[in-house]
Amino acid sequence: MATATVVPIVVVTLFWFLVGVVAPFFVPKGQNKGIVQLMLALTAVCCYTFWACAFIMQLNPLIGPTLSNSTLLAIQWNWEGNYANTVPPTY
Amino acid sequence: MGSLFRSEEMTLAQLFLQSEAAYACVSELGELGMVQFRDLNPDVNAFQRKFVNEVRRCDEMERKLRFLEKEIKKAEIPIPDTEDNPPAPPPREMIDLEATFEKLETEMKQVIINQETLKKNYLELTELKHVLVQTRQFFEEVQFQSYPLQLASEIAAEEGHHIQADSIGLSLTAGVVLKQRFAAFERMLWRACHGKVFLRHSEIDSPLEDPVTGYEVQKCVFVVFYQGEQLKSRVKRICEGFHANIYPCPENQAESQEMILGVMTRLEDLQNVLGQTQEHRYRALALAAKNIKVWFIKVCKIKAIYHTLNLFDLDVTRNCLIAECWCPVGDLNRIQQALTIGTERSESTVPSILHVVESNLEHPTYNRTNKFTTAFQSIVNAYGVSDYREVNPAPYTIITFPFLFSVMFGDGGDGIIMALFAIWMCVFEKKLASSAKNNEMWGTVYAGRYMILLMGLFSVYSGFIYNDFYSKSINIFGSSFSTNGTTNETIRKNLFVTLDPNTTQYLGSPYPLGIDPIWRQSTNELTYTNSFKMKLSVIFGVIHMLFGVSLSLLNHTYFKKRLNILCDFVPQVLFLVGMFGYLVFMIFYKWLAFGPHNSDVAPSLLITLINMFLLKPPPQLLYDAQRAVQYVLVIIVVLCVPWMLAVKPIVLYIQNMKKQVRKPKYANLVNETEQESEPVEPEPDQKEKFDFSDVFIRQAIHTIEFCLGCISNTASYLRLWALSLAHAELSLVLWEMVLRIGLSMEGYVGAIVLWGVFAFWVVLTIAILLIMEGLSAFLHGLRLHWVEFNNKFYVGDGHIFAPFSFEVILDDKED
Repeated sequence: MATATVVPIVVVTLFWFLVGVVAPFFVPKGQNKGIVQLMLALTAVCCYTFWACAFIMQLNPLIGPTLSNSTLLAIQWNWEGNYANTVPPTY
Repeated sequence: MGSLFRSEEMTLAQLFLQSEAAYACVSELGELGMVQFRDLNPDVNAFQRKFVNEVRRCDEMERKLRFLEKEIKKAEIPIPDTEDNPPAPPPREMIDLEATFEKLETEMKQVIINQETLKKNYLELTELKHVLVQTRQFFEEVQFQSYPLQLASEIAAEEGHHIQADSIGLSLTAGVVLKQRFAAFERMLWRACHGKVFLRHSEIDSPLEDPVTGYEVQKCVFVVFYQGEQLKSRVKRICEGFHANIYPCPENQAESQEMILGVMTRLEDLQNVLGQTQEHRYRALALAAKNIKVWFIKVCKIKAIYHTLNLFDLDVTRNCLIAECWCPVGDLNRIQQALTIGTERSESTVPSILHVVESNLEHPTYNRTNKFTTAFQSIVNAYGVSDYREVNPAPYTIITFPFLFSVMFGDGGDGIIMALFAIWMCVFEKKLASSAKNNEMWGTVYAGRYMILLMGLFSVYSGFIYNDFYSKSINIFGSSFSTNGTTNETIRKNLFVTLDPNTTQYLGSPYPLGIDPIWRQSTNELTYTNSFKMKLSVIFGVIHMLFGVSLSLLNHTYFKKRLNILCDFVPQVLFLVGMFGYLVFMIFYKWLAFGPHNSDVAPSLLITLINMFLLKPPPQLLYDAQRAVQYVLVIIVVLCVPWMLAVKPIVLYIQNMKKQVRKPKYANLVNETEQESEPVEPEPDQKEKFDFSDVFIRQAIHTIEFCLGCISNTASYLRLWALSLAHAELSLVLWEMVLRIGLSMEGYVGAIVLWGVFAFWVVLTIAILLIMEGLSAFLHGLRLHWVEFNNKFYVGDGHIFAPFSFEVILDDKED
């Protein structure tokens, strides 16, 4: 798998792992300790699942986007810095 | 986690209070607010209770206080809001309070009566003055010395009669009548006296104040001339009928002048007296206004204490009151302390005793919440208060509810606004608290401020994942699709170009955070995101429901019902996982195993699932062992149904048969022990009776509910998709039809138009996207929790702990 795929996986997993598994150990003692631990863990699980679904879905896309030709030129011009197609963009 | 995980342990306690100490002890317990008293005299009429006289006295005091408050409000004196909480005064102080209120009330009543009389006199004098002034005007017009006779001859001359002036005995009556009634008055006079009277009138310009009602009315002065006694009496009666006030009329100008002067001085005197009375009343009320809130609180507390004392049982032989109350086990020490303080305050020698009692009555449910968790606990309680010591869904709701809301709301821009609004409410909590109490709608929003904060924050996150900020995507990391290989010719010839992920147009690695921003620019965006959101909804739904079922395991373990674990929990899990857990597995498998290189053979998951249950072979295989695995799963799932349905009732039946065999030997012993039962248990134990049909029907209902519910509930979670789609489309419309038009205009005109368009866009965003969609997502998220999540494990048949607390009573009073 390419680096560009692995890096986000590692970074995000590590982040939610810190939030959901490590941080509960550092909650100060008090009446609400249990609630805060539960909240951190649940947040981590929910948000990580959400991100993971979006990521896994886009790993192997079955279809690609259909762009109008003007949008395509705009993307080439603005996002990719590709001015090769000398047809000027018409908005 | 303490008491939020399960409701707190409660116990029934008996209190033995000395009669003198009872009042003080109850007062202390009311301040503490930790006990709920049971009514030990349920069949006693309210008027036969012991302390009914004291309650009546309290009612009287409250009535007097309300009267005083009304007077204070009428005089428009501001009542200061005191923050202090005075304790309930002892019984001897009650007599002092009563005397004070009595004195104030009589004083006020006296002042009111005096004012009324004075005002009446004032009115009469004013009317007299007007009458005098107006009649003087009448007669001045004629310019004669002696008025009635001259006028009469003038009248006679008009009418063509010749009357000798001396022999005429004309009399006149002058008075004041309401302007509205004057026309009718005139007509009546004309008809009754056959036209033989002469009436002149003029209006009083300034309105007069009616002493009784306090309204201002318009009146006019009239003078009636007539001859003879009969007419005089008729005129008088008509005047009485129309409530016209008659005043004596002077004979000549000098007398008139004297009368006017006299009236003026009397009016001035009256004004002075009225002013002084008003000032006196104001001072007395202002004095009362300072203390009235404190008095209200004190009287309220006294009344609450006596109501509670009425619930107790009086034991005459030992001269003490017996009370029964529910209280949390963790607070027994504080309650004991409160009792000791109460006993000391009343200077009683005998200590009060707290005695814990075992009971089979239904314990109340008590969840200790702080200002953050209260909102979540209250939405759980709105569905149903949890059974005693049942697992409480509230702590999980703190996160799952805002999360599911955010999946449905899904707009980062709206999320930021919501979060900012909630931050404002939370930071200025104390200042906003008082205004929140007055208004019900604002109060509801204020009470949920922490919930709204979480909802807003999660919505920002879901905005990043859906890549939707007011219908715009943000491109942070660079899109993972590129336009490599599209030539000039392709662009010129085709209106639409589809990028192919099988080529280098897909850069090989997905967009790191959320959905790729290129999809927002494409025309087939909906196809892609719909598929994503639907699968996401099913995934979240299955996880949420599995979580619910596993919570039921915790319940079964706690209540030691091992049979339920085997006969309810295990088949439920197998059923859910076998059907929809497998679907979730297939979703992930298809995402991972099928890509652009084999997209033509990617099977449709829905068809696969349907065929699985029709036992038809799948048209396209997802993986090699699919047929075998699916057969096994279907068999397991189908077997779970009779397992859930029949096993438990049969086992219970067998257990009961064994008990019946053993029972007859011990029947006599059982009867004897039952007679020694404690006074606490009023109902006999019903658990001994076992009705097989009842158990079987209940189990059948549960099975059908669970199995059909699994399918319908999973489909129900698709609302996560539906609402986020609706929100995305609405914000897209607002962008395309509203804001884009403003932004695309150029020049100075464009600037002004943009200003207007932006205002319009903001109003629509707040009204439609934030308020309407927000409420909608809130409601649907709530429904998902209440129905789909709760029916996997929650019973919710308990009753809530309602302690005797002055704070609660005073808060209720304020409403």
